[in-house]
Amino acid sequence: MKLPRLNPAYLPLLATALVLLGTYATGAMLLHEKQFVSPRVVTNLVHQNAVIGVAAIGATFVILSGGIDLSVGAVVACTAIGVAKLIALGVDPVLAWAIALAGGTLLGVTMGTLIHAFRLPAFMVTLAGMFFARAMAFQIETSNIGIAHPTYDTIQQFRLPLLPPASLTAIALVMLACYLLAMAISRWTPFGRYVYALGGDETSAQLLGVPAASTRIGVYALGGFCSALAGVLASLYKSSGDPAGFSGMELDAIAAVVIGGTLISGGVGFVAGTFLGVLIQGLIQTMIDFHGGISSWWTKIVVGLLVLGFIVLQNLLLRIGSRKVAT
Amino acid sequence: VNEAVRDASPRRRGLGGVSKLLWPMLALVALVIFDVVFVENFLRVTLEDGRLVGYPVSILLNATRVMLLALGMCLVIATGGVDLSVGAIMAITAAAAAESANAGVPIPLVLAMSLGVATLAGLWNGFLVGVLGIQPIVATLVLMVAGRGIAQLITQGQIPNFDSPSLVFIGQGTVLGIPFPILLVAGMFAITWGLTRRTALGLMIESIGDSPEASRYAGLAVGRVKLLTYAFSGLCAGLAGLVDAALIRSGDANNAGLYMELDAIFAVVVGGTALTGGRFYLAGALLGALLLQTLTTTILAMDVPSQLIPLPKAIVIVLVILLQSPALHQRLRSLRRTPVAGGTR
Repeated sequence: MKLPRLNPAYLPLLATALVLLGTYATGAMLLHEKQFVSPRVVTNLVHQNAVIGVAAIGATFVILSGGIDLSVGAVVACTAIGVAKLIALGVDPVLAWAIALAGGTLLGVTMGTLIHAFRLPAFMVTLAGMFFARAMAFQIETSNIGIAHPTYDTIQQFRLPLLPPASLTAIALVMLACYLLAMAISRWTPFGRYVYALGGDETSAQLLGVPAASTRIGVYALGGFCSALAGVLASLYKSSGDPAGFSGMELDAIAAVVIGGTLISGGVGFVAGTFLGVLIQGLIQTMIDFHGGISSWWTKIVVGLLVLGFIVLQNLLLRIGSRKVAT
Repeated sequence: VNEAVRDASPRRRGLGGVSKLLWPMLALVALVIFDVVFVENFLRVTLEDGRLVGYPVSILLNATRVMLLALGMCLVIATGGVDLSVGAIMAITAAAAAESANAGVPIPLVLAMSLGVATLAGLWNGFLVGVLGIQPIVATLVLMVAGRGIAQLITQGQIPNFDSPSLVFIGQGTVLGIPFPILLVAGMFAITWGLTRRTALGLMIESIGDSPEASRYAGLAVGRVKLLTYAFSGLCAGLAGLVDAALIRSGDANNAGLYMELDAIFAVVVGGTALTGGRFYLAGALLGALLLQTLTTTILAMDVPSQLIPLPKAIVIVLVILLQSPALHQRLRSLRRTPVAGGTR
């Protein structure tokens, strides 16, 4: 195969891992006396970032296919409030989750169909999806709804002991399972390969027999499903639904994908990178919380700078790559 | 030469070969007719305390921020780009103006400084897109994410109120009864139109949007023109930020310009400028912003809860981009062609 194949694909991932280690090492050094280095901080990190983590899986597939999904935050809020409302009406939580997941997937299918069949720009369609989901969320209920249900209590009390006292919660486990599943899908299924092919070069992909329609619609369906699942996890995490919540989560998800080394124009990247990207963002937030004296707005600035760093890195790699092909 | 080029260009691309401005214009007229029927005194404009008052004036006034953004956004989109950071730049400008005015800085300096910061932010976007060649969505995403953090740092997490009369004038002042922001928009429109349509700049922008490669071979400084459009978009966002701050007499880092980038993009697209770049319509962009605000005001006047406003917006967005989609036209044409061999052309 081509010579620079290894470089452009794996270097950003390596850089992401290094940034994660570097961030953790910085935290370990600066916040030593506050017991930053403990297994509990790590398990908490996974727990606190389960919602964004699952949402970012969908964003990864969408971006790998060359698209973008701006509806994430609104769909998370809409499904969370929907689940809370259904449970308040006496519906069994499992049924409520199924309805929420079906709704999210349906919205994804609708957006994917509009994008593919009429060649509409993805960010306009998913922007409309965002408006739609946000309005739906407020239509369901205009204020917070708390959730009180035995099933929720059982799930929230569940702990998988690791190194005591550190233990993983149910929603942390769901996120980890989702990442394993998503990595398998992206690596070993035809759908996964089609997504990469579509994001790399649509015309070539179609000439090679990649079913563009079902792949693209499938990608947005998966994105909608992941957002809805994130909404279900959010309802478990907060024991409530908030129609105004999670605004801007789509940006965090996209940032995690970019920091994870995925090429924003599609075709190159890894689901595992997104996982690291989510952890990096979460770690910065945790460090700022631990420190206590820094404005949490620095999180946004640092994340913005990281996004910039990775974009510049990828651009350099792309230029080097194309120069090698040219010579 | 300019006129000749424009006449030769494929202007008649819309449904049935009508001007791009017709659809948003029709939508606006339909909406106004609806309002005249269902909203009491919709068209009545009165003079109160030397100030024009009424639905039309308030719609225009409320639309000014998105209109200002849309002017800059229109040029950026025409180059084939997009600027997602304008809302965040508004927040930075509002925060900087409020803080510096409270610190006792003379107002001309406050204006120069805050607009300078906004233009600098735009230049930064332009540098990333035009010089480094980064995709616009991502390049401007950086400032969209980080910008509100910067604004928060400027205000230290507070919402600084101010009452400097000359700063408040930018949002609340009137000249001959007309609210100042409306005049500001008119002025900026005239300047933008003059700069792009009375010089070759507009043609360059359209040519870059149509084909950056061909433009480069034709000798255009593609990167520099892009840089300029993003800087201009930053300046427009700065003006919008000043108006926003002056309207509420405070610099709200959290909410100033929140989601307004999306409204601006929407206004530009409704106004007939394609997201893929190329031909642009400044008046269309203003019309789009006006349509959007009329829609919002109508919904509010109907006593619909304000949280539901996104729903009709979503429907209109999808309808408008569907109407502009060449793929849809192709499908319709092939439908029309199948039964009658030959068709119209």
